Amino acid sequence: MATRQTQTLARFMLAPSVIMLLVWMVIPLGITLWFSFQQYNPLNPIRDGFIGFDNYVLFYSNPAFLQSILNTLILVGSVLAITVIGGIMLALLLDQPMWGQGVVRILVISPFFVMPPVAALVWKNMIMHPGYGVFADISRFFGLQPVDWFAQYPLFSIILIVAWQWLPFATLILLTSLQSLDGEQKEAAEMDGAGFVSRFIYLTLPHLARGITVVILIQTIFLLAVYAEILVTTNGGPGYASTNLPFLVYQKASLEFKIGQASAGGIIAVILANMVAIFLMRAVGKNLDK
Amino acid sequence: MGNITLNNVSKSFGATVIIPGIDLTIEDGEFVVFVGPSGCGKSTLLRLIAGLEDTSGGSISIDGRDVTGEAPAKRKLAMVFQSYALYPHMTVGKNIAFPLKMAGEDQATIDKKVGDAARVLNLTNYLDRRPGQLSGGQRQRVAIGRAIVRQPSAFLFDEPLSNLDAALRGTMRLEISELHNQLKTTMIYVTHDQVEAMTMADKIVVLNAGNIEQVGSPMELYKSPKNLFVAGFIGSPKMNLIEGEPAAKHQAHTIGIRPEHLAISKTEGEWKATVGVAEHLGSDTFLHVQSDVGPLTVRGDGEIAARHGDTIYLTPDAAKMHRFGADGLAI
Amino acid sequence: MARAVTNQHKTIVTVAAWIVAFLIFFPILYTIITSFKSETEAIAGFNLIPSGTMESYQEVQSQYNYFKPFMNSVILALGSTLLALLIAVPAAWSMAFSPTRRTKDILMWMLSTKMMPAVAVLFPMYLIFRDLGLLDSRLGLTVMLTMINLPIVVWMLYTYFREIPGEILEAARMDGASLWNEIIYVLTPMAVPGIASTMLLNIILAWNEAFWTIRLTATDAAPLTAFISSFSSPQGLFWAKLSAASTLAIAPILIMGWFSQKQLVRGLTFGAVK
Repeated sequence: MATRQTQTLARFMLAPSVIMLLVWMVIPLGITLWFSFQQYNPLNPIRDGFIGFDNYVLFYSNPAFLQSILNTLILVGSVLAITVIGGIMLALLLDQPMWGQGVVRILVISPFFVMPPVAALVWKNMIMHPGYGVFADISRFFGLQPVDWFAQYPLFSIILIVAWQWLPFATLILLTSLQSLDGEQKEAAEMDGAGFVSRFIYLTLPHLARGITVVILIQTIFLLAVYAEILVTTNGGPGYASTNLPFLVYQKASLEFKIGQASAGGIIAVILANMVAIFLMRAVGKNLDK
Repeated sequence: MGNITLNNVSKSFGATVIIPGIDLTIEDGEFVVFVGPSGCGKSTLLRLIAGLEDTSGGSISIDGRDVTGEAPAKRKLAMVFQSYALYPHMTVGKNIAFPLKMAGEDQATIDKKVGDAARVLNLTNYLDRRPGQLSGGQRQRVAIGRAIVRQPSAFLFDEPLSNLDAALRGTMRLEISELHNQLKTTMIYVTHDQVEAMTMADKIVVLNAGNIEQVGSPMELYKSPKNLFVAGFIGSPKMNLIEGEPAAKHQAHTIGIRPEHLAISKTEGEWKATVGVAEHLGSDTFLHVQSDVGPLTVRGDGEIAARHGDTIYLTPDAAKMHRFGADGLAI
Repeated sequence: MARAVTNQHKTIVTVAAWIVAFLIFFPILYTIITSFKSETEAIAGFNLIPSGTMESYQEVQSQYNYFKPFMNSVILALGSTLLALLIAVPAAWSMAFSPTRRTKDILMWMLSTKMMPAVAVLFPMYLIFRDLGLLDSRLGLTVMLTMINLPIVVWMLYTYFREIPGEILEAARMDGASLWNEIIYVLTPMAVPGIASTMLLNIILAWNEAFWTIRLTATDAAPLTAFISSFSSPQGLFWAKLSAASTLAIAPILIMGWFSQKQLVRGLTFGAVK
């Protein structure tokens, strides 16, 4: 349909999306960037003004700020490890013939569709609550003292909730990838004398490499932005034990009104996300060429 | 009615030149086949005639009227696509009716014309089905039906039989030829299969890299190929082409001899050869041999008893030998 | 596989799979079960059989006016989906059917805007919303959700439009259809399934969005995400109602999600996995 008359029309049809996204990206991000070099507290404007990179310096001098970056990396890394390894195993399991596969699939993907506040509260109150939760009941059954998960292991508890929510996504992607493995290739390998483990290492895993890469890249983008689960359970505490970068930015901006610091944190979050985005875009770009 | 003339028509996509410049005349009622290897520009040429692509240069006329730059619908042509391009959400009846609906005909006329086309193509029982429920051959016929109802000046076929299995291809070939005899409308048919070209065409246009190598009737191209390309393309199995000393003996750079024009003898002949592979088709036998002058393909009788390793002698029929100069043109 | 799978193998796999599935689904299951208990029942200890009372559901509405945030979620999800379609359909169309050399770059740039972390623009967006009077407004939030998901909507529609064989559109043109006729009679009917799938995914994403819907709302426009978040401090006599509220909040999306597995893969992996 690429004749001359349709080209101009096409540009008009594309314009609204491009303009809207451009404005949405450039203006707010520009404002954040500007504020990141400022000292700005709307409640206490006396010391406001340009302070160069002072806000950024906080991120490697101040222990609370450092902690938030560390927590972010731990959170992302742990969830990735759990979901990728768990996802591969689940995908392998679900790829086998069984009775009721449709229902099993539905049950396994359900956590992904639960909104984060509900997921977090359900885990906090029903499962991990030291008084009335299921884990507590199980501990008492074995004669053990129940653990106060969110007080003693705050970051771990958050990791558990987020991993539960994202495991279905990884499983679904890897299962889709697995099912595109040519059945004839498997049969050829069998005829060449490869056992189950060999087939997995030399055939399945390399084929899954692409799916695993995509899962890691896409999940990282979303995991860098975990927020609601922390808000609703620990509020970043105790202290800064479960504060990640997004939550720190929120605290500084909405609770302490230290806009400059919050903005610097936001820019750092953008840089982190971009580092991942570059790799992801390369993978997407390759597919678009096909 | 279906008179089409191309005047120095050229086509480039950006910097790539697909068709440098083509002159061609198609007479009313002719069955013309564009044939050539992949990428030779035959489909592009068809689409230029259809109006689905703009020409980069030159002009196209239909019945004396210059249609260069005109939209496809105005050219009064109909096209049958390789993948049939049926509308999947419409029934067979609605598919065939669509062009009439676009032309604004009233429902009574539409029903009648659709009914007629369905009868000609044996589709009357399938009018309420969707394309997804039809076999390949049936879909092919629906695509043809959709083209017929338009009563176009010419039909354009873009490799319509490529997606069918061998048996069906044979049947559809006959049906399309039969259709041409009935309707007597100009048909332009694109294919890479030279068997289709030879059996269906009144006139064959052999294309290579955007250029016309030769235009003529099937027998003309078979008996008098103008250059090496046409000689090697038309005819299956391919014509044997021999260079060097044996060619020099006949005052040519290359000589060509068709497999059926080599006489086989167990005892004596001009060239000695050893049989490599013998293909027994029942009606004929094709022997692929290694001879004094190089590898050859020979056609023998169906009953011939020749096996791998046998020695035979071949004599070419001098009257049927083709001679080509160093420039590849026939002498 | 060419060989028959033994029943024994199948049984082991089935048992293992059902156990794993049950464990994963358990938190959701237990929530649904608890929603049919009274508050005293809920803290009485681990019990998989509820009494089946509806009192928690009733109290959720009578004490907390549950209907309001629920309707807000519905309005925001549907509103942002329709608005996104309005903008995205022409965009995806032009990219699929009139591609230029820049098309791929534009598409990738659009996807990259989705990757920007929301916190980075928390303060500026708050300022803009405040100055435009859009704080705690359904309109403001609808626009916000549209912007967030626009890249995915454009992307999905683009992939669906590209799957429409160009030859069918050419056939329509040869059959005498004008551009308008081509759109009405051929293109749109063939694009409807793809548009429906995209709508489904967008509704899910908008309903579950848990950052802007919390930070930019107070009482009027607060959807279920904000409503549920407001109960983050644990109170002992509360769980049956929390379960009821949670069940209602997740039920529609769970069901939609069960039907949209393929769309999920297509929409959220940006085509990098087939």
